[in-house]
Amino acid sequence: MSLNDLFTEIILDHYQHPHNHGVIGKPTFSSRGFNESCGDDIQVSLLLQNGVIADAKFSGAGCSISQASASIMTDLVKGKSVDEAKKLAEKFYEMVKGNEGDFGEELGDAVALQGVSKFPVRVKCATLAWHTLEESFPKDPDLRRDKSADKK
Amino acid sequence: MMRNDIKKDFPIFAKWESMGKPLIYLDSAATTQKPQHVISTLDEYYSKFNANVHRGNYELSQLATDMYEEARTKVAHFINAPKPESIIFTRNATESLNLIAYAWGLNNLHKGDEIILSEMEHHSNLVPWHIISRHTGIVLKFIKLNSDFQLDLESLKQNLSPRTKAVSVVHVSNVLGTINPVKEIVRIAHEAGAIAIIDGAQSAPHMPVDVQDIGCDFYAFSGHKMCGPTGIGGLYGRYELLEEMEPFLGGGEMINEVFPTTSNYAKPPYKFEAGTPDIAGAIGLKAAIEYLEKIGMQNVEDYEIELGNHAAKRLGSIEGIHIFRPRTTGTGVVSFTIDNVHPHDISTILDSAGVAIRAGHHCAQPLMRKLQVQSTARASFYIYNDESDVEVLAGALEKAAAIFKPRKKADVVK
Repeated sequence: MSLNDLFTEIILDHYQHPHNHGVIGKPTFSSRGFNESCGDDIQVSLLLQNGVIADAKFSGAGCSISQASASIMTDLVKGKSVDEAKKLAEKFYEMVKGNEGDFGEELGDAVALQGVSKFPVRVKCATLAWHTLEESFPKDPDLRRDKSADKK
Repeated sequence: MMRNDIKKDFPIFAKWESMGKPLIYLDSAATTQKPQHVISTLDEYYSKFNANVHRGNYELSQLATDMYEEARTKVAHFINAPKPESIIFTRNATESLNLIAYAWGLNNLHKGDEIILSEMEHHSNLVPWHIISRHTGIVLKFIKLNSDFQLDLESLKQNLSPRTKAVSVVHVSNVLGTINPVKEIVRIAHEAGAIAIIDGAQSAPHMPVDVQDIGCDFYAFSGHKMCGPTGIGGLYGRYELLEEMEPFLGGGEMINEVFPTTSNYAKPPYKFEAGTPDIAGAIGLKAAIEYLEKIGMQNVEDYEIELGNHAAKRLGSIEGIHIFRPRTTGTGVVSFTIDNVHPHDISTILDSAGVAIRAGHHCAQPLMRKLQVQSTARASFYIYNDESDVEVLAGALEKAAAIFKPRKKADVVK
């Protein structure tokens, strides 16, 4: 296991210059996640419009892996429905667990986190943002749609 | 003087060396490695002497009982407790502190009573009191930390009131390495009519401890942080206080007579040792104490302070490092952050160089907030470490700082 597999240029760039950093004023869904073992603390907020995630932001503090993962994730889920975002999360978990497969097409920049699979203690860092995203979704599928669209 | 071949006493180092991955273990504040003497003692106990204690009317059980009680005597001697019966075997310092909170606190504290803790406490001396506070409505107050990472005893005095029932503080901080003036703290607590509780998890392994000289009512410690097995720890309690207290857990061994609806209890320490104890653990702890006493606890303390000071000085030369350690009273614990590098990333980079440290909040979240950090990296040294370990650590930290050197935003490649 080489450190270069973990701290890739893309990861370091997202860590030092994160995308979508901040909080959405009136989010449709939001959630907060912790990594108890290292103290990472992340908030994810989402704005749903016409059934798709129109905006996604994250805030909080954490290591390079958790922060870069959140930056990449918020880029990826924009324009996706909740169910599509959940599928992406599943795909992401498969990748960082070290499962074989071609993840590039769906996961984009997140493929830069593939090296995490060789560092088992860091898998939790990479998945924190994705778990927090999933936590923000209501369990009831009806509530996952954009209600404002129904009224029109 | 410290022998320079201590590492050879701990088989884990030779094992990793033989695998081509030399281990530089700097996480002894979490748990220490185990010397061969302890490992062999456990093996011997299970191979030759295993039986339940205080129950069997046969030779083997008597042998096991004798060994278990000899361990209690050894522990009492190690911290200069007035008699073996004032030592209760527990799982660890956490359980010892919970025992005090439940068995003493729940039965002696009432709404509005006050307990004074400090701003540098481990969660194990915070959360049990939070639980008791929810049951009883007691108020928790805190001794402040000063800018040199030491406790401000003036704030202890200011916190005292007629409702102060206990002062419970850590002897040595697991994050800062600060050695607190516990003798003085105990004196102040007693003058105010409060009992004094000392969390010795980070002092028993690292320095001579004399509970009678400190004067405390309770002293809690863990075996696994002082070369002993995991799963064994202890609590010293002033015997009269132990006699007055209600039990903690109920079950076998802690009773005199049991009837369908009532029971009466054995004398301390047995009143607090329900169920089959960690017999092998206690005997292993005795072996650990034998090992440490052979080296000499004053030697251990002197060596660690010197190594800690050396490490703080060497690491201090790294650009962007911030060290959280008092100028004068630090032990072998060195906590730090490095600008632009998260402690968890530091830990991974060190791990790849074979250096094991702890990164995180060290079970001291309120202290992290006080220090205005989310987490720190912590190198904690013990008798098997030396200056060469400090060099490897420093080199790896310099590498970490280089990897995370701030860079311009890359062109977005999609």
